[in-house]
Amino acid sequence: MIEEKFAEGRSFIHKLDPKIRIIASIVLSFAAALCDNFYIALGYFIISIILITLAGLNRVDVLKRLKPLFWFLLMIWIILPVTFDGEILYRYHWLKITGPGVILSCNITIKSISILLVFTALIATMTIAALGNGLHRLYVPDKMVFLLLMTYRYIFVIEEEYKRLLRAAKFRGFKPGTNVHSYKTFAYLAGMLFVRASLRAQRVHQAMLCRGFNQKFHTLDDYPPNRLNSIFLMGISVAGLSLVIFEIMWP
Amino acid sequence: MHISEGVLSGPVLASGAVLALAGTAIGLKKIDYDHIVHVSILASAFFVASLIHVNIGPSSVHLILNGIVGLLLGFAAIPAILTALLLQSVLFQYGGLTALGVNVVVMAFPAVLVHYLFRPLLGKSPTLTFVGGFLAGMVSIMLSSLLLGLALWFTDKNFFETSLTIIIAHIPVMIIEGIVTGFCVSFLLKVYPEIIPVKK
Repeated sequence: MIEEKFAEGRSFIHKLDPKIRIIASIVLSFAAALCDNFYIALGYFIISIILITLAGLNRVDVLKRLKPLFWFLLMIWIILPVTFDGEILYRYHWLKITGPGVILSCNITIKSISILLVFTALIATMTIAALGNGLHRLYVPDKMVFLLLMTYRYIFVIEEEYKRLLRAAKFRGFKPGTNVHSYKTFAYLAGMLFVRASLRAQRVHQAMLCRGFNQKFHTLDDYPPNRLNSIFLMGISVAGLSLVIFEIMWP
Repeated sequence: MHISEGVLSGPVLASGAVLALAGTAIGLKKIDYDHIVHVSILASAFFVASLIHVNIGPSSVHLILNGIVGLLLGFAAIPAILTALLLQSVLFQYGGLTALGVNVVVMAFPAVLVHYLFRPLLGKSPTLTFVGGFLAGMVSIMLSSLLLGLALWFTDKNFFETSLTIIIAHIPVMIIEGIVTGFCVSFLLKVYPEIIPVKK
Protein backbone atom coordinates (compact mmCIF):
# COMPACT_ATOMS: atom_id res chain seq x y z
CA MET A 1 0.00 0.00 0.00
CA ILE A 2 1.25 3.44 -0.89
CA GLU A 3 1.14 5.94 1.96
CA GLU A 4 2.71 9.17 3.09
CA LYS A 5 3.70 7.93 6.52
CA PHE A 6 6.04 10.74 7.48
CA ALA A 7 4.01 13.65 6.12
CA GLU A 8 1.88 14.06 9.22
CA GLY A 9 3.51 15.46 12.29
CA ARG A 10 3.74 18.47 14.48
CA SER A 11 7.49 18.80 14.73
CA PHE A 12 9.64 21.85 14.10
CA ILE A 13 10.55 20.53 10.63
CA HIS A 14 6.91 19.95 9.67
CA LYS A 15 6.16 23.60 10.40
CA LEU A 16 8.83 24.95 8.04
CA ASP A 17 7.95 26.39 4.64
CA PRO A 18 8.26 23.67 1.92
CA LYS A 19 10.31 26.07 -0.19
CA ILE A 20 12.91 26.41 2.56
CA ARG A 21 12.99 22.65 3.11
CA ILE A 22 13.54 21.97 -0.62
CA ILE A 23 16.43 24.46 -0.80
CA ALA A 24 18.01 23.11 2.41
CA SER A 25 17.79 19.52 1.24
CA ILE A 26 19.30 20.34 -2.18
CA VAL A 27 22.21 22.22 -0.56
CA LEU A 28 22.95 19.49 1.98
CA SER A 29 22.50 16.55 -0.44
CA PHE A 30 24.85 17.95 -3.05
CA ALA A 31 27.43 19.03 -0.48
CA ALA A 32 27.39 15.49 0.94
CA ALA A 33 27.45 13.83 -2.49
CA LEU A 34 30.54 15.80 -3.54
CA CYS A 35 32.47 15.05 -0.35
CA ASP A 36 35.39 12.66 -0.65
CA ASN A 37 36.67 12.66 2.89
CA PHE A 38 35.32 10.02 5.27
CA TYR A 39 35.54 12.21 8.40
CA ILE A 40 33.76 15.11 6.71
CA ALA A 41 31.10 12.67 5.47
CA LEU A 42 30.61 11.68 9.12
CA GLY A 43 29.79 15.37 9.75
CA TYR A 44 26.96 15.19 7.18
CA PHE A 45 25.81 11.94 8.78
CA ILE A 46 25.55 13.68 12.17
CA ILE A 47 23.59 16.56 10.60
CA SER A 48 21.20 14.08 8.98
CA ILE A 49 20.64 12.27 12.31
CA ILE A 50 19.93 15.63 13.98
CA LEU A 51 17.39 16.47 11.26
CA ILE A 52 15.65 13.09 11.64
CA THR A 53 15.47 13.67 15.41
CA LEU A 54 14.12 17.20 14.91
CA ALA A 55 11.44 15.81 12.59
CA GLY A 56 10.39 13.39 15.34
CA LEU A 57 10.12 10.43 12.97
CA ASN A 58 9.75 6.90 14.26
CA ARG A 59 13.24 5.36 14.00
CA VAL A 60 11.99 1.86 13.18
CA ASP A 61 9.89 3.18 10.29
CA VAL A 62 12.84 5.15 8.95
CA LEU A 63 15.08 2.07 9.12
CA LYS A 64 12.43 0.01 7.31
CA ARG A 65 12.37 2.59 4.51
CA LEU A 66 16.13 2.30 4.11
CA LYS A 67 15.90 -1.46 3.41
CA PRO A 68 16.43 -1.21 -0.38
CA LEU A 69 19.48 0.96 0.28
CA PHE A 70 20.92 -1.63 2.66
CA TRP A 71 20.63 -4.31 -0.05
CA PHE A 72 22.47 -2.05 -2.44
CA LEU A 73 25.18 -1.36 0.15
CA LEU A 74 25.55 -5.09 0.78
CA MET A 75 26.26 -5.54 -2.94
CA ILE A 76 28.80 -2.69 -2.80
CA TRP A 77 30.55 -4.32 0.17
CA ILE A 78 30.70 -7.69 -1.59
CA ILE A 79 32.05 -6.37 -4.91
CA LEU A 80 34.18 -3.28 -4.26
CA PRO A 81 36.75 -4.47 -1.70
CA VAL A 82 37.76 -7.43 -3.88
CA THR A 83 37.72 -5.71 -7.28
CA PHE A 84 39.51 -2.42 -6.54
CA ASP A 85 43.21 -2.06 -7.25
CA GLY A 86 45.52 -0.85 -4.55
CA GLU A 87 47.30 -1.76 -1.36
CA ILE A 88 46.32 -5.27 -0.26
CA LEU A 89 44.99 -5.56 3.28
CA TYR A 90 44.29 -9.26 3.34
CA ARG A 91 44.92 -12.12 0.94
CA TYR A 92 43.34 -15.57 0.91
CA HIS A 93 44.51 -17.61 -2.09
CA TRP A 94 43.32 -15.58 -5.13
CA LEU A 95 40.95 -13.45 -3.08
CA LYS A 96 42.41 -10.11 -2.05
CA ILE A 97 40.83 -7.27 -0.12
CA THR A 98 42.27 -3.86 -0.95
CA GLY A 99 42.52 -0.74 1.20
CA PRO A 100 41.05 1.73 -1.34
CA GLY A 101 38.09 -0.62 -1.94
CA VAL A 102 37.24 -0.74 1.76
CA ILE A 103 37.67 3.03 2.17
CA LEU A 104 35.42 3.71 -0.83
CA SER A 105 32.77 1.30 0.47
CA CYS A 106 32.81 3.10 3.86
CA ASN A 107 32.49 6.46 2.11
CA ILE A 108 29.60 5.33 -0.11
CA THR A 109 27.80 3.79 2.87
CA ILE A 110 27.98 6.87 5.05
CA LYS A 111 27.23 9.31 2.20
CA SER A 112 24.26 7.43 0.79
CA ILE A 113 22.69 6.97 4.23
CA SER A 114 23.18 10.67 5.06
CA ILE A 115 21.68 11.87 1.78
CA LEU A 116 18.64 9.62 2.13
CA LEU A 117 18.14 10.64 5.76
CA VAL A 118 18.29 14.34 4.85
CA PHE A 119 15.76 13.68 2.09
CA THR A 120 13.50 11.72 4.46
CA ALA A 121 13.68 14.36 7.19
CA LEU A 122 13.11 17.37 4.94
CA ILE A 123 11.15 16.25 1.86
CA ALA A 124 9.29 13.09 2.89
CA THR A 125 7.84 15.03 5.82
CA MET A 126 5.68 17.14 3.49
CA THR A 127 2.62 16.11 1.53
CA ILE A 128 2.98 16.00 -2.25
CA ALA A 129 0.61 18.97 -2.40
CA ALA A 130 3.04 20.95 -0.24
CA LEU A 131 5.95 19.78 -2.39
CA GLY A 132 4.14 21.00 -5.51
CA ASN A 133 3.45 24.31 -3.81
CA GLY A 134 7.12 24.66 -2.81
CA LEU A 135 8.37 23.76 -6.29
CA HIS A 136 5.95 26.23 -7.85
CA ARG A 137 7.26 29.05 -5.67
CA LEU A 138 10.80 28.04 -6.66
CA TYR A 139 9.88 28.80 -10.29
CA VAL A 140 9.61 25.19 -11.48
CA PRO A 141 7.47 25.35 -14.69
CA ASP A 142 3.72 25.10 -14.14
CA LYS A 143 3.44 22.05 -16.41
CA MET A 144 5.99 20.10 -14.36
CA VAL A 145 4.17 20.90 -11.11
CA PHE A 146 0.87 19.99 -12.73
CA LEU A 147 2.33 16.68 -13.91
CA LEU A 148 3.61 15.89 -10.42
CA LEU A 149 0.35 16.69 -8.64
CA MET A 150 -1.85 14.96 -11.21
CA THR A 151 0.29 11.82 -11.34
CA TYR A 152 0.29 11.62 -7.57
CA ARG A 153 -3.49 12.10 -7.44
CA TYR A 154 -4.12 9.16 -9.77
CA ILE A 155 -1.54 6.71 -8.41
CA PHE A 156 -4.02 5.59 -5.76
CA VAL A 157 -6.86 5.20 -8.24
CA ILE A 158 -4.70 3.19 -10.64
CA GLU A 159 -3.40 1.08 -7.76
CA GLU A 160 -7.00 0.19 -6.90
CA GLU A 161 -7.54 -0.82 -10.55
CA TYR A 162 -4.44 -2.99 -10.36
CA LYS A 163 -5.63 -4.73 -7.20
CA ARG A 164 -9.03 -5.33 -8.79
CA LEU A 165 -7.48 -6.86 -11.91
CA LEU A 166 -5.16 -9.05 -9.83
CA ARG A 167 -8.06 -10.21 -7.67
CA ALA A 168 -10.04 -11.14 -10.77
CA ALA A 169 -7.07 -13.10 -12.13
CA LYS A 170 -6.65 -14.95 -8.84
CA PHE A 171 -10.37 -15.85 -8.76
CA ARG A 172 -9.83 -17.53 -12.10
CA GLY A 173 -7.07 -19.67 -10.60
CA PHE A 174 -4.06 -17.66 -11.78
CA LYS A 175 -0.89 -18.75 -9.98
CA PRO A 176 2.20 -16.76 -11.00
CA GLY A 177 5.18 -18.86 -12.02
CA THR A 178 8.22 -18.71 -14.27
CA ASN A 179 6.48 -19.39 -17.59
CA VAL A 180 5.26 -17.58 -20.66
CA HIS A 181 1.63 -17.87 -19.54
CA SER A 182 2.36 -15.89 -16.35
CA TYR A 183 4.32 -13.24 -18.24
CA LYS A 184 1.51 -12.94 -20.75
CA THR A 185 -1.04 -12.54 -17.97
CA PHE A 186 1.01 -9.81 -16.31
CA ALA A 187 1.54 -8.15 -19.69
CA TYR A 188 -2.22 -8.05 -20.32
CA LEU A 189 -2.73 -6.82 -16.78
CA ALA A 190 -0.26 -3.97 -17.28
CA GLY A 191 -1.80 -3.28 -20.70
CA MET A 192 -5.25 -3.07 -19.12
CA LEU A 193 -3.85 -0.57 -16.59
CA PHE A 194 -2.64 1.63 -19.44
CA VAL A 195 -6.01 1.33 -21.24
CA ARG A 196 -7.99 2.23 -18.12
CA ALA A 197 -5.54 5.06 -17.36
CA SER A 198 -5.99 6.50 -20.83
CA LEU A 199 -9.79 6.25 -20.78
CA ARG A 200 -9.89 7.78 -17.32
CA ALA A 201 -7.64 10.61 -18.49
CA GLN A 202 -10.18 11.53 -21.18
CA ARG A 203 -13.02 11.64 -18.67
CA VAL A 204 -10.97 13.60 -16.14
CA HIS A 205 -9.90 16.11 -18.77
CA GLN A 206 -13.48 16.62 -19.94
CA ALA A 207 -14.66 17.01 -16.36
CA MET A 208 -11.96 19.58 -15.70
CA LEU A 209 -12.89 21.56 -18.81
CA CYS A 210 -16.55 21.51 -17.73
CA ARG A 211 -15.54 23.06 -14.43
CA GLY A 212 -13.66 25.85 -16.15
CA PHE A 213 -10.10 24.55 -15.81
CA ASN A 214 -7.83 27.38 -16.97
CA GLN A 215 -4.49 25.56 -16.84
CA LYS A 216 -3.76 26.68 -13.32
CA PHE A 217 -3.86 25.01 -9.93
CA HIS A 218 -4.51 27.28 -7.01
CA THR A 219 -3.09 26.41 -3.68
CA LEU A 220 -5.17 26.61 -0.54
CA ASP A 221 -2.27 26.23 1.88
CA ASP A 222 -0.36 29.29 2.70
CA TYR A 223 2.76 29.63 4.72
CA PRO A 224 2.94 32.86 6.69
CA PRO A 225 6.44 34.33 6.97
CA ASN A 226 8.05 32.92 10.05
CA ARG A 227 11.40 33.72 11.57
CA LEU A 228 12.07 29.99 12.07
CA ASN A 229 12.41 29.60 8.29
CA SER A 230 15.30 32.00 7.90
CA ILE A 231 17.00 30.77 11.07
CA PHE A 232 16.78 27.17 9.84
CA LEU A 233 18.07 27.99 6.37
CA MET A 234 20.88 30.01 7.90
CA GLY A 235 21.81 27.14 10.24
CA ILE A 236 21.85 24.59 7.40
CA SER A 237 23.89 26.86 5.14
CA VAL A 238 26.45 27.59 7.87
CA ALA A 239 26.76 23.90 8.76
CA GLY A 240 27.08 22.83 5.11
CA LEU A 241 29.46 25.63 4.19
CA SER A 242 31.73 25.03 7.17
CA LEU A 243 31.99 21.33 6.28
CA VAL A 244 32.84 22.23 2.67
CA ILE A 245 35.51 24.74 3.79
CA PHE A 246 36.83 22.24 6.31
CA GLU A 247 37.22 19.66 3.54
CA ILE A 248 39.11 22.08 1.29
CA MET A 249 41.42 23.08 4.16
CA TRP A 250 41.94 19.45 5.25
CA PRO A 251 45.64 18.63 5.00
CA MET B 1 16.89 0.39 -12.06
CA HIS B 2 18.43 2.92 -9.76
CA ILE B 3 21.83 4.16 -8.92
CA SER B 4 21.95 5.00 -5.25
CA GLU B 5 23.03 8.25 -3.70
CA GLY B 6 26.59 8.88 -2.66
CA VAL B 7 28.25 6.73 -5.35
CA LEU B 8 28.77 8.88 -8.44
CA SER B 9 31.32 11.66 -8.83
CA GLY B 10 30.48 15.36 -9.18
CA PRO B 11 31.02 15.61 -12.96
CA VAL B 12 28.80 12.55 -13.61
CA LEU B 13 26.04 13.89 -11.34
CA ALA B 14 26.28 17.31 -13.01
CA SER B 15 26.14 15.93 -16.57
CA GLY B 16 23.20 13.73 -15.59
CA ALA B 17 21.37 16.70 -14.12
CA VAL B 18 22.02 18.89 -17.18
CA LEU B 19 20.95 16.20 -19.66
CA ALA B 20 17.85 15.40 -17.62
CA LEU B 21 16.98 19.09 -17.43
CA ALA B 22 17.35 19.53 -21.20
CA GLY B 23 15.31 16.37 -21.90
CA THR B 24 12.59 17.44 -19.49
CA ALA B 25 12.42 20.88 -21.10
CA ILE B 26 11.97 19.32 -24.56
CA GLY B 27 9.43 16.84 -23.20
CA LEU B 28 7.39 19.56 -21.48
CA LYS B 29 7.44 21.64 -24.64
CA LYS B 30 5.87 18.72 -26.53
CA ILE B 31 3.02 18.33 -24.04
CA ASP B 32 0.22 20.85 -24.40
CA TYR B 33 -2.49 21.40 -21.83
CA ASP B 34 -4.91 19.17 -23.74
CA HIS B 35 -2.61 16.19 -23.29
CA ILE B 36 -1.08 16.83 -19.92
CA VAL B 37 -3.82 14.94 -18.08
CA HIS B 38 -3.24 11.97 -20.36
CA VAL B 39 0.52 12.04 -19.77
CA SER B 40 0.00 12.40 -16.00
CA ILE B 41 -2.34 9.45 -15.67
CA LEU B 42 -0.14 7.27 -17.89
CA ALA B 43 2.74 8.23 -15.58
CA SER B 44 0.62 6.99 -12.66
CA ALA B 45 0.06 3.72 -14.54
CA PHE B 46 3.82 3.45 -15.12
CA PHE B 47 4.41 4.02 -11.41
CA VAL B 48 1.91 1.31 -10.44
CA ALA B 49 3.12 -1.12 -13.13
CA SER B 50 6.59 -0.89 -11.64
CA LEU B 51 5.12 -2.36 -8.45
CA ILE B 52 4.19 -5.59 -10.31
CA HIS B 53 6.54 -8.41 -9.42
CA VAL B 54 6.99 -11.34 -11.78
CA ASN B 55 8.56 -14.65 -10.78
CA ILE B 56 11.88 -15.72 -12.14
CA GLY B 57 12.79 -19.10 -10.71
CA PRO B 58 12.77 -18.90 -6.91
CA SER B 59 13.19 -15.10 -6.95
CA SER B 60 11.17 -12.26 -8.43
CA VAL B 61 11.86 -8.99 -10.24
CA HIS B 62 9.63 -5.99 -10.60
CA LEU B 63 8.61 -4.78 -14.04
CA ILE B 64 10.14 -1.54 -15.29
CA LEU B 65 8.24 -1.02 -18.57
CA ASN B 66 10.08 2.14 -19.57
CA GLY B 67 9.95 0.68 -23.12
CA ILE B 68 6.14 0.92 -23.19
CA VAL B 69 6.15 4.43 -21.75
CA GLY B 70 8.60 5.41 -24.49
CA LEU B 71 6.44 3.84 -27.23
CA LEU B 72 3.32 5.56 -25.91
CA LEU B 73 4.71 8.99 -25.13
CA GLY B 74 7.91 9.70 -27.10
CA PHE B 75 9.72 12.74 -25.72
CA ALA B 76 6.95 13.28 -23.17
CA ALA B 77 8.29 10.09 -21.51
CA ILE B 78 11.15 12.11 -19.99
CA PRO B 79 9.04 14.36 -17.72
CA ALA B 80 6.69 11.42 -17.06
CA ILE B 81 9.54 9.18 -15.89
CA LEU B 82 11.07 12.06 -13.89
CA THR B 83 7.74 12.48 -12.09
CA ALA B 84 7.45 8.76 -11.35
CA LEU B 85 11.02 8.62 -10.02
CA LEU B 86 10.50 11.69 -7.85
CA LEU B 87 7.33 10.17 -6.42
CA GLN B 88 9.15 6.89 -5.76
CA SER B 89 11.78 8.86 -3.83
CA VAL B 90 9.26 10.77 -1.75
CA LEU B 91 6.92 7.86 -1.06
CA PHE B 92 9.36 4.96 -0.72
CA GLN B 93 12.76 6.65 -0.22
CA TYR B 94 14.17 4.71 -3.19
CA GLY B 95 16.54 7.56 -3.92
CA GLY B 96 17.37 11.13 -3.08
CA LEU B 97 17.88 14.27 -5.06
CA THR B 98 21.48 14.17 -6.22
CA ALA B 99 21.26 11.07 -8.42
CA LEU B 100 17.79 11.94 -9.75
CA GLY B 101 19.21 13.49 -12.93
CA VAL B 102 21.39 10.48 -13.72
CA ASN B 103 18.49 8.13 -13.01
CA VAL B 104 16.23 10.07 -15.37
CA VAL B 105 18.86 9.81 -18.12
CA VAL B 106 19.31 6.08 -17.41
CA MET B 107 15.59 5.28 -17.50
CA ALA B 108 14.06 7.83 -19.87
CA PHE B 109 16.57 8.39 -22.67
CA PRO B 110 16.47 4.75 -23.85
CA ALA B 111 12.66 4.97 -23.72
CA VAL B 112 12.68 7.91 -26.15
CA LEU B 113 15.17 6.12 -28.41
CA VAL B 114 13.10 2.93 -28.69
CA HIS B 115 10.09 5.09 -29.56
CA TYR B 116 11.82 6.22 -32.74
CA LEU B 117 13.52 2.88 -33.47
CA PHE B 118 10.68 0.40 -33.05
CA ARG B 119 7.40 2.25 -33.21
CA PRO B 120 7.38 2.02 -37.05
CA LEU B 121 7.22 -1.79 -36.70
CA LEU B 122 3.97 -1.71 -34.72
CA GLY B 123 0.69 -2.48 -36.47
CA LYS B 124 2.24 -3.86 -39.66
CA SER B 125 1.32 -7.46 -38.79
CA PRO B 126 0.71 -9.34 -35.51
CA THR B 127 4.20 -10.87 -35.66
CA LEU B 128 5.93 -7.57 -36.41
CA THR B 129 3.97 -5.89 -33.64
CA PHE B 130 5.15 -8.49 -31.14
CA VAL B 131 8.72 -8.28 -32.41
CA GLY B 132 8.66 -4.47 -32.24
CA GLY B 133 7.33 -4.58 -28.68
CA PHE B 134 9.82 -7.25 -27.66
CA LEU B 135 12.74 -5.26 -29.06
CA ALA B 136 11.47 -2.03 -27.46
CA GLY B 137 11.27 -3.72 -24.06
CA MET B 138 14.58 -5.51 -24.36
CA VAL B 139 16.64 -2.72 -25.90
CA SER B 140 15.39 -0.10 -23.44
CA ILE B 141 16.53 -2.21 -20.46
CA MET B 142 19.79 -3.09 -22.24
CA LEU B 143 20.58 0.58 -22.87
CA SER B 144 19.52 1.53 -19.35
CA SER B 145 21.88 -0.97 -17.75
CA LEU B 146 24.62 0.13 -20.16
CA LEU B 147 24.12 3.79 -19.21
CA LEU B 148 24.13 2.84 -15.53
CA GLY B 149 27.40 0.95 -16.06
CA LEU B 150 28.88 3.92 -17.94
CA ALA B 151 27.91 6.34 -15.16
CA LEU B 152 29.82 4.13 -12.71
CA TRP B 153 32.75 3.69 -15.06
CA PHE B 154 33.09 7.45 -15.63
CA THR B 155 33.11 7.91 -11.86
CA ASP B 156 36.04 5.54 -11.37
CA LYS B 157 37.64 3.10 -13.81
CA ASN B 158 37.87 0.64 -10.91
CA PHE B 159 34.09 0.25 -11.08
CA PHE B 160 34.50 -1.83 -14.25
CA GLU B 161 33.71 -5.17 -12.58
CA THR B 162 30.74 -3.66 -10.75
CA SER B 163 29.35 -2.27 -14.02
CA LEU B 164 29.83 -5.60 -15.72
CA THR B 165 28.04 -7.40 -12.87
CA ILE B 166 25.12 -5.00 -13.15
CA ILE B 167 24.81 -5.46 -16.91
CA ILE B 168 25.03 -9.26 -16.71
CA ALA B 169 22.55 -9.37 -13.82
CA HIS B 170 20.08 -7.49 -16.02
CA ILE B 171 20.12 -10.00 -18.90
CA PRO B 172 17.16 -12.02 -17.51
CA VAL B 173 15.34 -8.73 -16.87
CA MET B 174 15.91 -7.72 -20.52
CA ILE B 175 14.32 -10.96 -21.73
CA ILE B 176 11.35 -10.73 -19.37
CA GLU B 177 10.77 -7.05 -20.19
CA GLY B 178 10.96 -7.96 -23.88
CA ILE B 179 8.34 -10.71 -23.56
CA VAL B 180 6.04 -8.61 -21.36
CA THR B 181 6.35 -5.53 -23.58
CA GLY B 182 5.76 -7.63 -26.72
CA PHE B 183 2.54 -9.11 -25.32
CA CYS B 184 1.48 -5.80 -23.83
CA VAL B 185 1.84 -3.91 -27.12
CA SER B 186 -0.02 -6.65 -29.03
CA PHE B 187 -2.77 -6.46 -26.41
CA LEU B 188 -3.00 -2.67 -26.61
CA LEU B 189 -3.27 -2.70 -30.41
CA LYS B 190 -6.04 -5.30 -30.23
CA VAL B 191 -8.05 -3.79 -27.38
CA TYR B 192 -7.50 -0.06 -27.65
CA PRO B 193 -5.57 0.84 -30.79
CA GLU B 194 -6.19 4.59 -30.29
CA ILE B 195 -3.58 4.58 -27.52
CA ILE B 196 -0.79 3.94 -30.05
CA PRO B 197 -1.72 5.72 -33.27
CA VAL B 198 0.16 3.80 -35.99
CA LYS B 199 0.59 4.51 -39.66
CA LYS B 200 -0.58 1.59 -41.74
